[in-house]
Amino acid sequence: MIIAIASGKGGTGKTTVATSLALSLEAPVRLLDCDVEEPNAHIFIRPENETRTTVTAMVPEVDLKRCTACGACDAICRFSAIVQMGKAVLTFPEMCHSCEGCLMVCPAGAISAGTRELGELIRGTAGSVELVYGSLRVGEAMSPPLIHRVKQEMSDSRINIIDAPPGTSCPVISALTGADFVLLVTEPTPFGLNDLILAVETVRTMKLPCGIVINRCDSGTDETRGYAERQGIPVMMEIPDRRDIAESYSRGVPACLAIPGMKQRFARLMTDIQRKTG
Amino acid sequence: MKELTIISGKGGTGKTSVTASFASLAQHKVIVDADVDAADLHLVIPPEIRRQEPFQGGHIAEIDPGRCTQCGECRLRCRFDAISEDFVVDRLACEGCGVCVYFCPVQAIDFSRQVCGQWFVSDTGRGPMVHARLGIAQENSGLLVSVLRKEARAIAEQKGYEWIIVDGPPGIGCPVISSVTGAGGVLVISEPTMSGLHDLKRVNELAAFLRVPAMACVNKYDINPDMSDRIIAYAWDHKMEVAGVIPYDRDMTAAMVARKALVDFSDGPAARAIRSVWENVRDFMKTRGHSKSALKIISS
Repeated sequence: MIIAIASGKGGTGKTTVATSLALSLEAPVRLLDCDVEEPNAHIFIRPENETRTTVTAMVPEVDLKRCTACGACDAICRFSAIVQMGKAVLTFPEMCHSCEGCLMVCPAGAISAGTRELGELIRGTAGSVELVYGSLRVGEAMSPPLIHRVKQEMSDSRINIIDAPPGTSCPVISALTGADFVLLVTEPTPFGLNDLILAVETVRTMKLPCGIVINRCDSGTDETRGYAERQGIPVMMEIPDRRDIAESYSRGVPACLAIPGMKQRFARLMTDIQRKTG
Repeated sequence: MKELTIISGKGGTGKTSVTASFASLAQHKVIVDADVDAADLHLVIPPEIRRQEPFQGGHIAEIDPGRCTQCGECRLRCRFDAISEDFVVDRLACEGCGVCVYFCPVQAIDFSRQVCGQWFVSDTGRGPMVHARLGIAQENSGLLVSVLRKEARAIAEQKGYEWIIVDGPPGIGCPVISSVTGAGGVLVISEPTMSGLHDLKRVNELAAFLRVPAMACVNKYDINPDMSDRIIAYAWDHKMEVAGVIPYDRDMTAAMVARKALVDFSDGPAARAIRSVWENVRDFMKTRGHSKSALKIISS
């Protein structure tokens, strides 16, 4: 079972929902924070015994002694990551997408697989929750390979909860691929609705079933509910705009532990999701 | 010319609200919405589109079943698991590397460039705005951001404008790097939470890495004054200028619902604070925020 939490944009309460859901379940959970640019779930989960592994991507390394300057690598590379200038071959590791095309075409066997550091994979546990998250190296542009690496840590025997990054392009696609159900977290403002519509289009493009969680449901406007109804998307939970929730969040305390009754509501949300996914 | 990029580590900290107010307060400027994944600035600064251009992203592979002999060479070569067992390319997984195209023995794979979205130059009541709509599930948002910034510079140069104000995307990845590289300065909008501090550290490291001077501003600082103090202390310790703090004010949401910039909607505590933040940012940019002329294009 894989449940992904997405939102079109950050700041709507995605991490609040993901961490509270993980901490409210009796069943063992693996929480995968795929917002590798700004991972935050660990701040609320406070995992113990963290282990860190460096994650790397393949980049070409050229042995100039063997290189015949034939230009085949330059010709196949779509990303200007390997360029022939006269008799020299230059590599630009930060542009490389690790397609290995240059390795495959080099007739002289002059190119070997080197590595570039993408970031770290971190694992830790808190009670029945196992947390896995990625932390992108500052200055690294490409997050999808690290997101893929985090997702390799999914467990067959546990409920997997994925905290997705914001947006509608590559990183969020990488995070949502393979999910059984997507919870879209939104807030009832014009910004929230605009971003929700983009998120809905994204999950529809990916043909994934989804439901909506309205955070700070009593602030702003009522347009969101109307939109959900017209689109036939169930509103599965509403979280009120309460100062005590905001304050506990600011201290790194998840909503389900700070507010009485919240834990039960998140457990019920899970039951509803399971009913919908059969 | 001064180019200011407003970023936040994460969405939802009030970046777009602050940008909209700055767009109202600054004289002679071009506005850019560089959060191309989920553009929101048009909701508070309504644009009248004057020019619309397609955005060409990368190439994408497409196997012609008529020519394909199902030899399996492409599946063997693809490092992105983008080709199914029945030889259909998954458009969401394809990186556009062209390795399958190169090695296909019967030239059965087409490899055309994709139109990934549109970008626009618009008139607004606050001056010209350059913005975009990236297609859903499309790639290359970093490249699109570079296109927007280049266009904004051209307009500013042509009109002799002093300011380019860029509403940046969240995170520290490809589109953010593309929004910040070569800018005169960045203003990081933070919020007084554990995650706010964590995110501020990472964006500040990114700004330092890209050698762009950074300023910090704490929104809703009075929600948790202790955490605000910690964020400000972090900024001081790391040579970030503190541009100011903004109190929690329901007018912020009310202005958004009314589709107006806060400073045009209210004269409440948050609006007054933003005016003072802008004055600090303006002074900082005048002394330190010199834009680099060369824009590095990062395409991924």
